[in-house]
Amino acid sequence: MQRVYEVMFIVRPDTQDEDADKLIAGFEATVTNGGGTVRSTEKLGRRKLAYTVRKFNEGNYVLLTVEADGNLVHELERRLRVSEPVIKFITVRMDEEQKRLDKIKAIRATRKKLSAQPVPAPVEAAEAPAEATPASA
Amino acid sequence: MADETTTPRAPEGGAPHSGGPGGPGGPRGPRTGGPGGPGGRKFFRRKKVCKFCTEKIDAIPYRDVRLLQGFVAERGKIVPRRLTGVCTTHQRRLTRAIKQARNIALLPFAARY
Repeated sequence: MQRVYEVMFIVRPDTQDEDADKLIAGFEATVTNGGGTVRSTEKLGRRKLAYTVRKFNEGNYVLLTVEADGNLVHELERRLRVSEPVIKFITVRMDEEQKRLDKIKAIRATRKKLSAQPVPAPVEAAEAPAEATPASA
Repeated sequence: MADETTTPRAPEGGAPHSGGPGGPGGPRGPRTGGPGGPGGRKFFRRKKVCKFCTEKIDAIPYRDVRLLQGFVAERGKIVPRRLTGVCTTHQRRLTRAIKQARNIALLPFAARY
């Protein structure tokens, strides 16, 4: 059962860029070897942490969007936990949310078609009271 | 009753929807808590509207710190619905997003002074 997950993790701020890239490539390899696909990898850059994590006040945020099944995510999380430069991570399942958003989008699209027709009518209606108000005043 | 007394001094609560379009509250006109009202107060009270409903923000991602910050008090607490005017559904999603953001150190659990 393939599902979409977002895995966000924080790499310690004192790692070199090459090391961080290697680390990310390693996690991507874990996903692809385990039968999943990497949708996107995004480095969100260095950011101040809201609270101290392992005596660090800064961290490099990395966002990984992944299509995988539960076992693979479990394995990926285990690797994240074990790998030393990663100080914090979170996995969020996104597919249900995406489904909901698509549904809303579809509903909105159908509503737009209906409302597109009676657009000229309110314009005239808006003009009429504008003329009427000076007369009454 | 509680929200009537707290409405005027709600800086975090007032901020999100005053930052949004003033439209939804504006045309309806400010409603006075007149003699008929339970409070009987003289000050103007705006009808609070859900920012997410009016601006049609469907997704509340935990990554959007800017957005979430508006619904978090100074010390890092989630601002209650009665102060912000967010609807039940969106408050629930907002709460979840804030909690996820706290977990990944984007938002504080408790801000230090």
